[in-house]
Amino acid sequence: MFEPKWYQSLGLEDIAAKVRDGVRLSLEDGERLYRCPSPLAVGALAHQVRTRCHGNRTFYVLNRHINYSNICVNGCLFCAFSREAGAPGAFQLSLEDILGKLTEPEAAAITEVHIVGGCHPDLPLAYFETMLREIRRIRPHLVIKAFTAVEIQHFADREKTSVGAVLARLQAAGLELLPGGGAEVFSPRVRRLLCPNKLSGAGWLAVAREAHRMGIRSNATMLYGHLESHRERLEHLDALRCLQDETGGFLCFIPLPFQPDHTLIENARATTGVDDLKTIAVSRLMLDNIPHIKAYWVMLTVKVAQTALHFGADDLDGTVIEEKIGHMAGAESDQALTRSQLERLIRDAGFEPVERDSYFQPVARPDQTEAAPARHHPCP
Amino acid sequence: MLDQALKTKVEGHARLNLDEAWQVYAQADFHWLGLQAHQVRLEKHPEPVVTYVIDRNINYSNICVCGCRFCAFFRPPDHPEGYLLSQPDLAAKIDETLALGGTQILMQGGHHPGLPLGYYEDLLRFIKRHAAIHVHAFSPPEIVHFSKLNRLSVGEVIARLKQAGLDSIPGGGAEILVDEVRRKVSPNKCGSDEWLAVMEEAHHQGLRTTATMMFGHQEEPIHRLEHLFKLRDLQDRTGGFTAFIPWSFQPGHTAIQREPEGAVAYLRLLAVSRLVLDNFDNLQASWVTMGPKIAQMALFFGANDFGSTMIEENVVAAAGVRFRLSLDEMYRLIEAAGFRPRQRTMDYRRVSGKASYTG
Repeated sequence: MFEPKWYQSLGLEDIAAKVRDGVRLSLEDGERLYRCPSPLAVGALAHQVRTRCHGNRTFYVLNRHINYSNICVNGCLFCAFSREAGAPGAFQLSLEDILGKLTEPEAAAITEVHIVGGCHPDLPLAYFETMLREIRRIRPHLVIKAFTAVEIQHFADREKTSVGAVLARLQAAGLELLPGGGAEVFSPRVRRLLCPNKLSGAGWLAVAREAHRMGIRSNATMLYGHLESHRERLEHLDALRCLQDETGGFLCFIPLPFQPDHTLIENARATTGVDDLKTIAVSRLMLDNIPHIKAYWVMLTVKVAQTALHFGADDLDGTVIEEKIGHMAGAESDQALTRSQLERLIRDAGFEPVERDSYFQPVARPDQTEAAPARHHPCP
Repeated sequence: MLDQALKTKVEGHARLNLDEAWQVYAQADFHWLGLQAHQVRLEKHPEPVVTYVIDRNINYSNICVCGCRFCAFFRPPDHPEGYLLSQPDLAAKIDETLALGGTQILMQGGHHPGLPLGYYEDLLRFIKRHAAIHVHAFSPPEIVHFSKLNRLSVGEVIARLKQAGLDSIPGGGAEILVDEVRRKVSPNKCGSDEWLAVMEEAHHQGLRTTATMMFGHQEEPIHRLEHLFKLRDLQDRTGGFTAFIPWSFQPGHTAIQREPEGAVAYLRLLAVSRLVLDNFDNLQASWVTMGPKIAQMALFFGANDFGSTMIEENVVAAAGVRFRLSLDEMYRLIEAAGFRPRQRTMDYRRVSGKASYTG
């Protein structure tokens, strides 16, 4: 829907014209969109872009999460997942545990495994290489999307080697993609307050740049709704947009609403529906060079994620078997959705469901068994 | 896509017929539909205010002979989990409500097979002796049940309850006001004409009422619109409805197995309700079934009211859905959407100040 008089009445006719003509929005434009009293007007603009990119298709993936350990040296204030080594609730999975999760019947149809964990003080890089090799051996068609930029830098620091060397070793062991976590908000001010021990924003971007240079594509996230300003969110988006201009390596952007339960941030409140949907829409509008925007139902709730498909999102993530990080912070969504639930949510919202692989290519399943996804598609 | 003539008609806020409403419901662009509903809402309520009521749902009994297939709350007579609330328990619940800044109780219950009308009259007199509180009670199916059990006309039942202290009637038990659907999901409950006749009689006797719709069970989408048109016709005759409240069926622990309707379906239906019900002043968002985030978004799809803080709610909770919402949180959601929260009574008169209740 594009109603020029509507945008005129909101004082946004210039932004609407830029969106129509495919002109890049400035940070000031982003701030005006956040200030717009009508979330629907912002959503309709984002929907226009989403429709231009993806038509009526909405993507989902059959995937499983594996969190190999919650032992972490960073101690970020917003995290309800991490534990110090030896603390109650700290865990570390054995290789058998991990492989067991990929051979259980409910994981039979998945095409992707998403592996992330804390910055563990003791695990050597060889542990992760073995993990990936063994996964590759037992599930040769599974795409391994593993280790955030923060973990990659941690591995490099621990091994006293370069990020490039770590990525090369992991790539040789089977790593195909990096997930987008650990980006939080790049602002140094916010990181000093929330995660002073974590890799900096510039460091996060440097790891992503190196990965893209090596042909390892990645996602990007933004954890919002804690202490950051709208301006800091927009600067985060702009930093991603600039790196994407350089590398073209990002597949998907995922805004993550902060989950306040059991974290160390006092008086923190959950984000509201208006903020969640505006953030999806503003992300779609600002990130003119990142192909996909994900409505991650685990953090957003299923209801908001479905609505987000009309606010610029074109992907619902997936079955997400055994998600831990969001749920330990009080995420109220269920554990795991089935394929038919995902397809129904997408159809009920008025879109066409498309099962995708990790590279956002449609998965053909003539016999409903595990498909071998195509690999290494060129950047858009 | 809608044809331009119909779009223009909607944009001009002209009254829609069933066929037009169906085209809008089935075909309209999601954003355009929400915008039109919001424009109608702003025309009816130009102030950037969202109202709410502080009350609690008191269910005097869960013993019920209806056995509706969508209900997870009822227990048949002689079931060990059946209960009937005592007067001291009721008094304690009322005191708590008043202490939290509440203005009313919403009191409903199952169709109890053994209680004469005098029981309910005593209950109302007891409440009114105990406290000055608005009693919003006995949905139309209960009134019809009282009428049959006591061999009295609906008019006599309403007159006697009103005499005993009843202030207004809640719009529950409407489900879908199409008998073909009611026969499937609630065959032992009053029919659609009976439901509407109770409301018409109540309005004639000077009692205001609300109207609800529970959708997303075994009805067809067109039945939802037929429901809206029956309400609009009655409202044309009486003007007695204060508000319309649609909410989606929650299938947990019920005899109907299906996935619940999602947020997008809810927002579309809310918006089309705002367009069809041009003679209803108020539409309520349902945070109880949709959660606080979608209820907040409902404020841009035609809703101007956040419903109740629901100090107590049992029926939806019995279906496994328990959203929580404190008054502070409700304020935060309304304000973050750009509106001012204002407490109201059942008939939408404003209550000054903010209650101290923080849930």
